[in-house]
Amino acid sequence: MFRDPDFGKKLKNQKSLLLLSIPFVVYVLIFNYVPLFGWIMAFQRYKPRDGLFHSEFIGLENFKFLFRNSDFIMDVRNTLAMGVINLVLGTICPIVFAILLSELRFNLGKRVVQTISYLPHFLSMIILTGIAFDVLSMENGTINNLLLGLGLVDKPVQWLAEPKYFWWIVAFAQRWKETGWDSIIYLAAITSINPDLYEAASIDGAGRLRRIWHITLPGLKPTILILLIMNVGNVLNVGFELQYLLGNDLVRSVSETIDIYVLNYGIGKGNYAIGTAAGIFKSVVSIILIVIANTTAKAMGEESLY
Amino acid sequence: MAELTKTAPASGMENKSPSKGVGANTKHGIMSRRTKGDIIFDTLNTIFMIIFTITILYPLLNMVAVSFNDGLDALKGGITLVPRVFTLKNYETVLGKQNMFTAARVSVLRTVIGTVSSTMVTALLAYILSRKEFLFKKQLSLLYVITMYVNGGLIPVFLVYKNLGLTNSFLVYVLPGLVPAFSMLVLRTYMNGLPDSLAESAMMDGAGHLTIFIKIIFPLCMPVIATVALFTAVGQWNSWFDAMLYNRMNGDLTTLQYELMKLLSSVTNQNSSADTMKNTQATVTPTSIRAAATVITSLPIIILYPFLQRYFVAGLTIGGVKE
Repeated sequence: MFRDPDFGKKLKNQKSLLLLSIPFVVYVLIFNYVPLFGWIMAFQRYKPRDGLFHSEFIGLENFKFLFRNSDFIMDVRNTLAMGVINLVLGTICPIVFAILLSELRFNLGKRVVQTISYLPHFLSMIILTGIAFDVLSMENGTINNLLLGLGLVDKPVQWLAEPKYFWWIVAFAQRWKETGWDSIIYLAAITSINPDLYEAASIDGAGRLRRIWHITLPGLKPTILILLIMNVGNVLNVGFELQYLLGNDLVRSVSETIDIYVLNYGIGKGNYAIGTAAGIFKSVVSIILIVIANTTAKAMGEESLY
Repeated sequence: MAELTKTAPASGMENKSPSKGVGANTKHGIMSRRTKGDIIFDTLNTIFMIIFTITILYPLLNMVAVSFNDGLDALKGGITLVPRVFTLKNYETVLGKQNMFTAARVSVLRTVIGTVSSTMVTALLAYILSRKEFLFKKQLSLLYVITMYVNGGLIPVFLVYKNLGLTNSFLVYVLPGLVPAFSMLVLRTYMNGLPDSLAESAMMDGAGHLTIFIKIIFPLCMPVIATVALFTAVGQWNSWFDAMLYNRMNGDLTTLQYELMKLLSSVTNQNSSADTMKNTQATVTPTSIRAAATVITSLPIIILYPFLQRYFVAGLTIGGVKE
């Protein structure tokens, strides 16, 4: 290295690269790593006045409080329920949609449907919520008008006031927004399946459904598995904006998620320690879930994330 | 590591040539051999796609119709795709509100400043990390990649920002998302694919790294920069939570999405809307105002949509890039 005749020059170049990279190191440390020290709060009787250095350590007291707190247990249940519903529908719907779209006969139709299907992905959660309010409204909401018109109900349903509907409303809203977008990756995978396989299958007399079942789905398997593993790790991350915006006092028992709990306890009530502990609980469970999913996939001899 | 230039067109989703198609069907569809089963399948599939499309479009078009309709008249219901009593009153009311005007300005500013600064800075980091001679490229990359998986969580982040003086400040819209690790990876992948000779010959001529980055590398990366910038812009335009969490006390820093959210919660209390109606100008209702505000808020997205279409699939396909 030192015998390199250009060493001096290299060092000079390196120096300017080093200088350029310093702000980036400082930035990431302050904005992404300094907050991690805040996790200490979860093990303290944290008082803002005393700060991290002088607050009293109380071990796992905050976590014990959480697990004795019925609100928290309820919120964990809601988060898991909505997360699992979203995981299942969020896997099935885009796959079905991608397959059906790829089977569409007219290219123009394909492109039009595809273009329209992505659109909601780019609209904000606020707009999504507004649309949900309008469509589900008691007065002239589209869904109620439709059901009344078809004679399926006698009087308008109060969709957002009934706890039993809430999870499904959230699930449907999420699917409305993301199905088209999520299907992109599957469509790409379908395009890369060898067309000879379909040719051979149809010569052997396999119908459309058989070809989908025996060629398209197996071809999608690796993609499905990878996305599934990634999404399992995100099961607890699905619940915040929609639930916060769509929720109201009448459905509080099913709409509140861990994130909303953190917001209410941490920011609302100013109990930073409890809020942080709940956040840590969520992170730890997410990590455990992704490790389990990955190990399972590996054990089954499938592709895995790492 | 897959190269953007190769993977993006290969996905065929942009579909410049129809023959590439989105699915396998085009390649094996043989008209003459359509069986009865095929015809049933195609018919059902077409019907499904029509219903799907209507499900997406109808609520949006209905919102537009309501926004152009007289507010009180809209309460009677029955408006579908065309306004019954046409008026611009809803828009006049929304645009005439001081808070909406401020919000629109802040939203535009945060989107422009946030996107430009984030894209430039992230590209510079990507450039540094794409230099093969840089001694600490592995360590610095790792420092950023970790942030994609680990974060302090709402409360610790909130406290740090508060201590940094980011509450009640415009900077909270710009600084926290300045260097997204994912964008950095996408840009770096692209830069790694550029020939080394470009930078080397410029260096021979005595150009420094900043000059090379600004004059040579950045312009060459335009396609991927556009992708990253569009994603950042949409994220900036659509975010509302930061405005609520950090700047709710400061009316001058409110954003369109946050104002729209406040309108949402005022509509939720429909019972009280009858009272507010009496006080405001005759024909405007909270619902009709919200419809107009929603249309205004989504307008930039709709205008940008053709561009988003062109670039987002490329962006998503690079999403498959693993470290």
